[in-house]
Amino acid sequence: MKNQNWPLWEIFIRSKQGLNHKHVGSLHAADEKMAIENARDVYTRRSEGVSIWVVESKHITASDPSEGEALYEPANDKVYRHPTFYDLPDELKHM
Amino acid sequence: MTNIQALESRFQAKVDDEVKIEPKDWMPEKYRKTLIRQISQHAHSEIVGMLPEGNWITRAPSLRRKLGLLAKVQDEAGHGLYLYSAAETLGVERADLIEQLHNGTAKYSSIFNYPTTSWADIGSIGWLVDGAAIMNQVPLCRCSYGPYARAMVRVCKEESFHQRQGFEILLTLSKGTEAQKEMLQESVNRWWWPAMMMFGPNDADSPHTAQSMKWKIKRFTNDELRQKFVDVSVEQAKILNITLPDPDIKWNEERGHYDYGVIDWEEFWNVVKGNGPCNHERIQTRVKAHEEGAWVRAAAMAHAEKRSQRNSKKEQVA
Amino acid sequence: MDIQKALFDYTLRLGDNALILGHRLSEWCGRGPILEQDIAMTNIALDLIGQARSLLQYAGEIEGKGRTEDDLAFLRDITAYRNVLLVEQPNEDFAFTIVRQFFYDNYSFHFYTALLQSTDETLAAIAEKSLKEVRYHLRYSSEWMIRLGDGTEESNQKMQKALNQMWMYNGELLTMNETDRVLLAAGIGVDLEALKPACEAKLAEILAAATLEMPTGTWMQKGGKEGKHSEHLGFILAEMQYLQRAHPGATW
Repeated sequence: MKNQNWPLWEIFIRSKQGLNHKHVGSLHAADEKMAIENARDVYTRRSEGVSIWVVESKHITASDPSEGEALYEPANDKVYRHPTFYDLPDELKHM
Repeated sequence: MTNIQALESRFQAKVDDEVKIEPKDWMPEKYRKTLIRQISQHAHSEIVGMLPEGNWITRAPSLRRKLGLLAKVQDEAGHGLYLYSAAETLGVERADLIEQLHNGTAKYSSIFNYPTTSWADIGSIGWLVDGAAIMNQVPLCRCSYGPYARAMVRVCKEESFHQRQGFEILLTLSKGTEAQKEMLQESVNRWWWPAMMMFGPNDADSPHTAQSMKWKIKRFTNDELRQKFVDVSVEQAKILNITLPDPDIKWNEERGHYDYGVIDWEEFWNVVKGNGPCNHERIQTRVKAHEEGAWVRAAAMAHAEKRSQRNSKKEQVA
Repeated sequence: MDIQKALFDYTLRLGDNALILGHRLSEWCGRGPILEQDIAMTNIALDLIGQARSLLQYAGEIEGKGRTEDDLAFLRDITAYRNVLLVEQPNEDFAFTIVRQFFYDNYSFHFYTALLQSTDETLAAIAEKSLKEVRYHLRYSSEWMIRLGDGTEESNQKMQKALNQMWMYNGELLTMNETDRVLLAAGIGVDLEALKPACEAKLAEILAAATLEMPTGTWMQKGGKEGKHSEHLGFILAEMQYLQRAHPGATW
């Protein structure tokens, strides 16, 4: 018997106009058309979405969690990027 | 400290701090294996669980009931799918997990090895079996493994209509004809004890519990959940005007809980081992569906390959 | 035949078609070739049974004898059912199921599109709602026709066999009977003959893409619309109606 294992796809759904597509899970499909349809049938049964993206899982490149410190911690002390870093009087409005 | 020990203690510290573990994070091999076993068993239970209820889709007594039941059984397929997906983040393939179900090396919830012989069983499954399942599942939404916890959030959200649907079916029977009331009581008599067994062996006989609690895969012990189930069900049974088939159920003022009788563990272990009334039938049905679907899955793959070849040829020409 | 009677007959037919095909599809639930398709087929079954409810409810209103959707679904005997023979044919395998579904969806998409123009407001409204669902069903069954026809040698053979065997049930969908003629004249019903070119074109397009051959048989089965059914429907009803028959008058 020929290969019957369908590849895995990651599914992203926009829950309503104006919001980002968000990862909701994965499923199996033979091709991208079927992946969209399966996503519609599986992940929007309760009107959860208005738009669907599908990406075959093997095409996703992920950052390595063991490099987490190098990648993300340097941002922790850059407090000047946040509005609360700047001291302003309470009387000042609309800022 | 060896490297592994250091990693393990860092892992445990994260779990203790309620930081979720994600697929690519380092994790102890035993944690990974325990999760694969538990998540796939859970997925198998959803898929096999479609069958006893699926029995009644074509016999549902009204169009409204037919739609409700069909949607519910479909949800179970969806839940199985979410759970297989969660298991797949741990580096296994769904096809292999399904193979384990079919060749008997993987287990699933024994409750689905009991037959559904009356319409009331559809109500009893919703009320008792889904009720017990919800007790088990709600804490899993906080499980330490991220993909499992997220899948369970989705499952629990969808599951909430299942138990209500079951109770409504029983409530309607309880207000119906004499024959319907008898159907209701007879069904609850059959499902009560198997539902009690769903929480698994007593804590003293449950070897994996301590480790799973430490890893926050499990949040409550089997007996804690079972007690909660009894306390809730006894009160709900009053609304249905039925008796639960356990003469030892009695309020215990001192404990603040209902006492209950002793579970027939011999029956439990026999059904687990494959000697339940429907074990063989359930697996056969799944195997048959899978085998008869093989040509369909292969054809879809073959078509996808041909199509992508045709498309790349077109691109070359262009 | 007066218009009222024809309208009752017509609405029952549409409701029965949806109910019986939904029933057949629901038999797949838990037994599909893969989890994703199990869910997809159940969605179509849910749509169809939902359509059946609206239609049977309306049929009960037209009749005016106080019969509910459930009275009509669960307490009519075989000769009172008005569905076409196609929808009661057994599932056999996934190929038969897809061919049956495609024949039905192809008809039903064109039919409901035309029914939008009906002077009967309820039917036009049901058509509008159903059309959204049917458009997706047609896309689903068309794609599976192509996938399985084009897929492997084995799948192509299975599809050709199913196509050849189901072929004689395709004609009844677009065959006019007295009910159709009475309602067409009244501006309520659809001219089924007029749908033929579009349905045939779609069929030819899909079969070509699926590398399947158009069956050549010209003899078409009919009778379902007048209550003359195959043996299969009796078994469907025996199963479907069992509880209502065993407990007359009970509420569920």
